Amino acid sequence: MKAPAFDYVKPRLLADVFPLLQTYGDEARLLAGGQTLLATLNMRLSEPSVLIDLSAIAELRGITLVGSMLRIGAMVTHSEIEVSALVAQHAPLLPLAAPHIAHRAIRNLGTLGGSIAYADPAAEWPTCLLALDGVVIAKSATGERRIRSDDFIVDLYTTALLPGEIIIACEFPAASAGHWCDFDELSRRHGDYAIVGLAGAGQRSENTLTDLRLVFLGLGATPLRASRAEAIIDGQPLTNGLIDQAVSALKAEFSAVGDLTSDAATKMHLSGVLLKRMLMKQMRLKSA
Amino acid sequence: MSSMENFSPTHLINVTVNGHVEQRSVQPRQHLIDFLRDDLGLKGSHVGCEHGVCGACTVKLDGQIVRGCLVLAVQADRKRVETIEGLTQSGAARALQAAFVRRNALQCGFCTPGMLAAALELVETKPNATRTEVREWISGNYCRCTGYQAIVDAICDVLAENAEAAK
Repeated sequence: MKAPAFDYVKPRLLADVFPLLQTYGDEARLLAGGQTLLATLNMRLSEPSVLIDLSAIAELRGITLVGSMLRIGAMVTHSEIEVSALVAQHAPLLPLAAPHIAHRAIRNLGTLGGSIAYADPAAEWPTCLLALDGVVIAKSATGERRIRSDDFIVDLYTTALLPGEIIIACEFPAASAGHWCDFDELSRRHGDYAIVGLAGAGQRSENTLTDLRLVFLGLGATPLRASRAEAIIDGQPLTNGLIDQAVSALKAEFSAVGDLTSDAATKMHLSGVLLKRMLMKQMRLKSA
Repeated sequence: MSSMENFSPTHLINVTVNGHVEQRSVQPRQHLIDFLRDDLGLKGSHVGCEHGVCGACTVKLDGQIVRGCLVLAVQADRKRVETIEGLTQSGAARALQAAFVRRNALQCGFCTPGMLAAALELVETKPNATRTEVREWISGNYCRCTGYQAIVDAICDVLAENAEAAK
């Protein structure tokens, strides 16, 4: 279908966005890469009266190392993250996850900030943000604040952003020596919405993972940290028995929400498969 | 607010399409693909699902493939667009087109302009792509006739030709 009628404005400066949000309130939608928003407009799931295109605002772009944090501007695209040498060095989880996001034509326009703000429970970036203990930088007319990933995603498509606030960047702790991360997901067709996915990050020493964060996408209303499985694995040398315990703990901790193609039992089974696969891979690497 | 464009029901845009500068008035709601097809008469790119799933409307925007149904015409202001007409005229897609014909990689042809645009970016950016990577890459483009085998064969042929030529 075609999108409903709306008006369009393209501010050049971030400072010009806030008065627009003030004026239009709920009638305005921020247009980042548009790869979700325009699809929902085409399907008439949303009928804003004005789109505020953020693409001309230079300060929402760029990837920089700021002290011990890798800062990625909200308008940086999935493709830019996928090929950035700086990201590969300091947040290697992100280029592992990027190829799973839709298809190249969509990754060329879709943005980090757009994905984080939309907070789709099957999306890769909110899951990676949580796995890396990242920080969302939000700005409004009155100032800037930093929101930790644990506090950012509140519920289905719901974040801690307040009216009048926009995401300007995300920061990820730069990987230090011994950093471990991995990403995997299952979908019906490569690039489709994931059935389930898993982002893992932590520190590695020999065959042992510590400071572990295991975050699943597609299981519930938000990305979910598998804290019971984390507790079993954290600090213990990986063995087949330990991995089986972690998978059992995962299944005891969550009851997945089924969707059109996969029921709850299938999703729980597949999340166990992903966890086992990721940890077995790690164990084999270390014993090789 | 001097740095902002005025609100208005239509917006004047300047777009370079296949090397020609076009100045047109568009409604904000108009998709780039509809602008190209209906306003400029470039019917080579097709409209399929209109929500970014099928890939039939794939065109290049500032040198990168995008979904023509997930970009507004107004967003293309001061940008460069290439459609299958331009990619054909410039010869950029020639090797792929020849391989598609040779391999019988199309039947009805509806998906072909999008397939070619997508495949071209693969050939340009990932010259060493494996067959599996080719399949993953074109997973964003639906073909309802061929079953993909011949399309993948054609793209792999071009990658192999290019690798041979680079030796």
